[in-house]
Amino acid sequence: MLLGAGLAVAASGAQAQGTLVVGMTAGDLPLTQGNPDQGFEGYRFVGYNLYDSLILWDLSKADKASDLKPGLASEWGIDPNNSKRWIMKLRPNVKWHDGCPLTADDIVWNMERSTNEKSEQFDPSQFAQARAYLNNYVSVEKVDDMTVAFNTKTPDSLFQYNISYIMMVSPCRAREVKYNWAQYAEKPSGTGPYRFDRMTPHQRMEFLPNKDYWDKARVPKQDRLVLIPMPEASTRTAALLSGQVNWIEAPSPDAIPRLKSSGMTIVTNPYPHNWSYQLNFKNGPFTDKRVRQAANYALNREDMKELLGGMMQEGYATVPPSTTYYGKPVLYKHNVAKAKELLKEAGCLPCKVTFGISTSGSGQMQPLPMNELVKSNMDEAGFQVTLKTMDWNALLDVGRGGVMKNPDIHAINISRQTQDPFNALVRHVWTGAFSPAGSNWGHYSTPEMDKFVEQIMAEFDPAKRVALLTKMHEFMSQEAVLIFAAHDINPRAMSPKVKGFVQAQSWFQDLTPVTVAP
Amino acid sequence: MSRYILWRILYAIPIAFGVSVVCFSLVYIAPGDPLQTIMPADATAETIEIVKKAYGFDKPLPIQFAIWLGKVLTGDFGMSISSRRPVLNEIMLAASNTGMLVAFAVPIAFTVGFSMGTLAGCFPGRWMDRVVTGSAVIGVSLPNYWLGIVLVIIFAVELSWLPATGMGARGSDYFSIWDWEDARFLVLPVITLSMIPIGIISRTTRAAIAELRNQDFVQTLRAKGLSEVAVIRHVIKNALPGVMAVMGLQFGYLLGGSILVETVFTWPGSGFLLSKAIINRDVPVLQGTILTLSVAFVLTNLLVDLFQSMIDPRIRRG
Repeated sequence: MLLGAGLAVAASGAQAQGTLVVGMTAGDLPLTQGNPDQGFEGYRFVGYNLYDSLILWDLSKADKASDLKPGLASEWGIDPNNSKRWIMKLRPNVKWHDGCPLTADDIVWNMERSTNEKSEQFDPSQFAQARAYLNNYVSVEKVDDMTVAFNTKTPDSLFQYNISYIMMVSPCRAREVKYNWAQYAEKPSGTGPYRFDRMTPHQRMEFLPNKDYWDKARVPKQDRLVLIPMPEASTRTAALLSGQVNWIEAPSPDAIPRLKSSGMTIVTNPYPHNWSYQLNFKNGPFTDKRVRQAANYALNREDMKELLGGMMQEGYATVPPSTTYYGKPVLYKHNVAKAKELLKEAGCLPCKVTFGISTSGSGQMQPLPMNELVKSNMDEAGFQVTLKTMDWNALLDVGRGGVMKNPDIHAINISRQTQDPFNALVRHVWTGAFSPAGSNWGHYSTPEMDKFVEQIMAEFDPAKRVALLTKMHEFMSQEAVLIFAAHDINPRAMSPKVKGFVQAQSWFQDLTPVTVAP
Repeated sequence: MSRYILWRILYAIPIAFGVSVVCFSLVYIAPGDPLQTIMPADATAETIEIVKKAYGFDKPLPIQFAIWLGKVLTGDFGMSISSRRPVLNEIMLAASNTGMLVAFAVPIAFTVGFSMGTLAGCFPGRWMDRVVTGSAVIGVSLPNYWLGIVLVIIFAVELSWLPATGMGARGSDYFSIWDWEDARFLVLPVITLSMIPIGIISRTTRAAIAELRNQDFVQTLRAKGLSEVAVIRHVIKNALPGVMAVMGLQFGYLLGGSILVETVFTWPGSGFLLSKAIINRDVPVLQGTILTLSVAFVLTNLLVDLFQSMIDPRIRRG
C-alpha cells in the first residue's frame, strides 16, 4: 500500500506542460512595484519580466557580452546642441498590462515617482533602489507626446546605461489603487513580456505570458512562469532532483556532479562579475603600488578554480576577457618570487594586512574557502594576512562607510557587478565617487584616472568611448587598483525537459524562449 | 486559586515588557542596517540617510521604541519594510502555518515520548530501557536540519514518495489538509520537528518514573497489595507535574517554529518568517514576531503552571 501511495505521489508530482518553475537563491519574493529588491536576481526574474526600461539589454546571444538595445525608447541620442541632454523617442503603440497607452507623460510621472519626495506618487523604496543609478540625473521633460528629454548635471555618455536599470510602471494602475504601493504590488502593471497572475507572499509568484507584448519575438513560449524563493542551496538541489522545480539558480559546486549524474543540464557562461578586493589607499601597505602588484602576483588563481570544481574564470583584471573594453591588461600570473621581490623593494616584509571578508552574501561565491586560499597564497609570498570575518550585512556596512570609517582594514572582499562601464570601472577609481557618497571605498585618486573618467563621460561616439574605456581598464590593471581573483560563471541547473534557453553573458537572462517538455 | 492566577498573570507582564526591550535593543545592536532589504548592495551611506528619514528610522532609539510600543499596545505592529504588508497579518499567517505543523508534531511528540519514557522507566536497566534511552539520546543529539536534509534525500530525491520543500502544491493560500496532494507536504517537516521533543520528553519521563518507583510511598502501595499496574498508575500521576513542565517548554518551542526546520523545508511558518526578517533586517517584522512568540511562550508557561497547580496542590501552596 505504501509503495502504491508512493507511486501515486510520484506521478502526481509531474509538472504541468510548459510551466517553468524556478528555484531562486533569493530569501524572499522580490518587490513587484517597479525596481525590485533582492539584488540583480530580482531584476532578472521580476524586474525585466513584468516591466521594461527605456533601454534594455540584448540577452539573445551567449557568445558575446550583452550590450544595450532599444526598449520602451525605440531610439535615443545626445542633444546635438547640449551635451547634458539626452533625447529619447518612445516606441509607438505600446500598452501597459492594464490597457492604457504608453506616453511621454508616463515617463515623466515615473521619474518623479523615484526622485521627487513631494510628488504624490513618490515611493521611498523605489527612491532607494533607483538612486544609485541616478546620481547625475537632474530632471526629465516631455518634448512631445512620444518624446522625452533627460537633463544631467554634467555631460554623461554613460547615462544611457544607468537609465536601463529604471523600470517603468503604469500610472493608470497606480491611480486605480490610489497610490497605495502595497496594493499595487499585489496587482502590478507594466509593459513587460509577462503579466502578473498571482502570488502567495514569501512563497511563490506566478506570471503568464503577455501575448500582446510589443516585441513579438519575445512573447514567452512557456504557459506559465513560477518563481519560488529557496535561499538554501541544498533545498534547491533537492527540489530539482525531486521534480518540484525544473530550474535552479546557483547550485553549490559540490552538488554539480550529483545533478549531472541525474541527467540535469548544467549551464555556465562568463558574466560581468568581479570577485576581488577593493584596497585602502589612505592607510597601510596598499598605498604602495609595488605591494598591490605583489598581492596580485601572489594569487594562484588556477588553484582557486580547482577549489571551486571549475566553476569560475580566473580573474586577472576588473572585467572578464569577453568585455569589449578588456584590451591587454597586465596579467599578474602566479609568481611567488616576483611577489617577494616587490615586497622587499617596498620594504614591507613581512607585510601585515587585514582583509574584511564575509561568511556568505549575494555574489560572494564560496567566500570562506576562497579567502583561506588567498591568505595561504599571500602568506607564502611574504604577507601576513589577517582575515576579519563578518556577516554580509556587517561587511556591506564597512563597504558603505568607506575607508575613513575603517582605517584598520586594508582591503574588503565585496564582489561587484561589472554590467556597465560606470559600475565596472569608474565608480572604483574616480575621485568624484569617494566613499561614503560613492563606491570608491579606498579613496583611490590620481589625475590620470580622473582624466580618463572625464574624457569617457564626455565622449558620445561609441567607438571612441570604447577605445578610452579600454585604455582606462588597462591602466587600472597597471596600477593594480584591486586584487583581482575570480569571475563567476553563473552556474544554473535545469531539468532535461527545459529547452531553448540561451545563457547571455549578463546578470539578466531572457526566459521567453524557454519551453518545458511534458 | 484565583489569587494565584492573578499573581501569575501580573508576573507575566513585566516579563513580556522586558523581552520586548531586550529584543528591540538586540535588533539595533546587530550589525547591518534596518533598511538594507530595500537597498541595493551598492547604495551609498548618503542614500541610506535619506531613506532612513523617509521611513522614520532617523529618530533616537528610545523615541523609536516608545512609538513602536505605543502602537503595539493598540494592536498596530506596523508595516513590513520588505513586503509592505501589515506585520500583524504576516505574523498571523506564519503562525497559522506553524500551527499546522504543531497540531501534528505535538500529539506525536508527547504520545511517543511519554510512552517511550514510561516503558523505559518501568523496566530500568533492561533491554527495553536501553533501546528507549539510546533512541532518545539519538533523537536529542541529531541536529534537526541535518535530519531534515537526510529525510529529503531519502524520501523526496531517491524514492520520490514525498515532496522536498514548500507547503502544498500551490502554496499555503491553497493548502488543504484534507487533500493528500497538499497534506503530504507535512510529513517530513512534522517528523523532523517531533524528533527532539520525543527525545527530551522520553528522557524526562523515564528519569521521573524510575526515581519515583524507588520512593517509600511506592513500597507502601506494593505492601498494601496493589497490583503493579495500579502502582504504575500512581507513579505516573506523581511524575506528571514534572513531565508537564517539560512538555510545556517543548510546546512553546514547537509553537515558536523551528528556524532551521522551516528553512530546510521552506515551510512558511513563524520560524521561517523570523529567519527572513533577521537576514533582511526587517525590523518591524522582527520585533513583532519576537514579541508575539515571547508572549505565546510566557502564556504557555503560565497555562502549564496553572495546570500543574491544579493537579498538584503542593505547587500552589509553595
